[in-house]
Amino acid sequence: MSTADMSSAELATYNFAYLDEQTKRMIRRAILKAIAIPGYQVPFASREMPMPYGWGTGGVQVTAAILGPQDVLKVIDQGADDTTNAVSIRAFFQKVANVAVTTKTREATIIQTRHRIPEEKLTEGQTLVYQVPIPEPLRFLEPRETETRKMHALEEYGLMHVKLYEDIARNGHIATTYAYPVKVEGRYVMDPSPTPKFDNPKMHMSEALQLFGAGREKRIYAVPPYTEVVSLDFEDHPFEIQSFDKPCALCGAENVYLDEVVLDDKGGRMFVCSDTDHCEDRCAHGHRGHLAYNKEAAE
Amino acid sequence: MYVAVKGGEAAISNAHRLLADRRRGDRSLPAIGIEQIVAQLGLAVDRVMAEASLYDRSLAALAVRQARGDMIEAIFILRAYRTTLPRFGYSRPVETGAMLVERRVSATYKDLPGGQLLGPTFDYTHRLLDPSLLNDEAVDTPLERDEASEPVMRVSDILAGEGLVEDDGDMPDGHVAGDITREPLEFPMARDLRLQALARGDEGFLLALGYSTQRGYARTHPFVGEVRIGEVEVELDMPELGFAVSLGRVQITECQMIAQFKGSAKNPPQFTRGYGLVFGQSERKAMAMSLVDRALRAEEFGEDIVAPAQDEEFVISHSDNVQATGFVEHLKLPHYVDFQAELDLVRRMRREYEAAQNTDTDLPEAAE
Repeated sequence: MSTADMSSAELATYNFAYLDEQTKRMIRRAILKAIAIPGYQVPFASREMPMPYGWGTGGVQVTAAILGPQDVLKVIDQGADDTTNAVSIRAFFQKVANVAVTTKTREATIIQTRHRIPEEKLTEGQTLVYQVPIPEPLRFLEPRETETRKMHALEEYGLMHVKLYEDIARNGHIATTYAYPVKVEGRYVMDPSPTPKFDNPKMHMSEALQLFGAGREKRIYAVPPYTEVVSLDFEDHPFEIQSFDKPCALCGAENVYLDEVVLDDKGGRMFVCSDTDHCEDRCAHGHRGHLAYNKEAAE
Repeated sequence: MYVAVKGGEAAISNAHRLLADRRRGDRSLPAIGIEQIVAQLGLAVDRVMAEASLYDRSLAALAVRQARGDMIEAIFILRAYRTTLPRFGYSRPVETGAMLVERRVSATYKDLPGGQLLGPTFDYTHRLLDPSLLNDEAVDTPLERDEASEPVMRVSDILAGEGLVEDDGDMPDGHVAGDITREPLEFPMARDLRLQALARGDEGFLLALGYSTQRGYARTHPFVGEVRIGEVEVELDMPELGFAVSLGRVQITECQMIAQFKGSAKNPPQFTRGYGLVFGQSERKAMAMSLVDRALRAEEFGEDIVAPAQDEEFVISHSDNVQATGFVEHLKLPHYVDFQAELDLVRRMRREYEAAQNTDTDLPEAAE
């Protein structure tokens, strides 16, 4: 083929949501299996996506496989709709699937996320799709896949408990702050993806379907609605989540996850909601943090 | 005053606009054409075709141009296109013995049927910068040999005549070659899948691993039985016709590395082989691949597994440069939510540390 007769149209014809229907069926079969065995990592024939491995290809493939023309899609990264990679993935689905998109958690039927679970409680009918870099919770204890698969099969999780115990012995507390391991429905130990442990309790008995896609590592796993998700801990060292001293500086929200924003070079800091939609929604309803007032005064 | 950044979309679009500008470069110079890349940067095009597993010179050249000459980026672009193509069947195994050979060298025989044929090689060039290439000086037309007189017999076939080399190996009856682009990898892998992974593996990574086997990390005492470069016919069985039809020719590089084997209870002492096969002209890649293939067969021959190049899960999990670059480069994506959690922990541990220090320094004072 010479470049002269290589029309741009010929190169750019893709199926709805990019993946061909055969591939979508293959991914859906993996998803169904994952739902049937909560927390179990199902190998799937991950495709090469037009974005880099490690940038959400697993989540994108899961979303592409379940997305229909009627769906309303929300994409967040670090809890925010406007981080560059979230913008890029949302634009990708607008381009290849022409679906409606939103930043509002409650309007979305599918939410693809990296590193956060929205603050607003998810409800029945919603699906949360996680982008997962390393699906194997035992990976940093045992680098070999052949070994870790065996450990899961035998429910051999002693190594993980030893690791958590060693944390306590060394530091006085468990030093895992994100990607905190959970046990699903009393069987599989699962990596919740690198969400802060603050979000772990939201996974427990969630009304929404939670799907996890790891593209580079070629694994899909799932937590069906109303499933037990328990963070690993010890009786004398119970699991606890992060807490913040102050409320959000913009909307005054408490008991939410906050980002630290550096204001100047003199140690000035402010803490604001990591979930931008939640923050904006609260501001729209008249909630004010201590710096939001200044903002309006300045305008 | 902090204002939430809302510029993501505009920033991305402006960045891409700037990228397009930098790609085009100085507008007073003519743009480089795809045909020029195919013709004059052919080995770059070959590498992209090989590691993208797609034989199409024009598309590979387009990818090279689009990627501004970044090879891994070009490989990535071409792979992302390849993955959208339907796969409609397996060709017949290509017959490399019937290759239209452009280059063929053997290190194990001084002369052999078909002869030694240097072909278009950098070997024996003196690596002196060539000022004549600064200008478009006329280049002599190459000399061509007369009609190939005798078939270019494979070195492995010569050794096989005496039974001194292992044969091509058997797959179980009815074995259909796998496809690592359509099935998830599982370890341990069958050799067909392993060779596929090596064939699209990163040239630099395989080169380094192959090199490590020569320096004692899993030594296999290798000889280049032969390296051959040329075109082979690709044929597809057509069930409705009852015979195979030719789809065309592809250029490939094949390397058969001959290695020692002292024999076992089952097998007599004989030479074993490492195999390399790559699209286009890439001797370095084919040779490195054959070294690594042989090293990875350690278990099959009951050899001790002592070095990285023998470790299948290590080698195959990390040989794919598109995966590697994606995951390494993803570290530049925002991680501030997790970092916040770590900050919180470090601050807490720091407070505990300082409290402990204070208690320690207080103690002697209390004793005074």
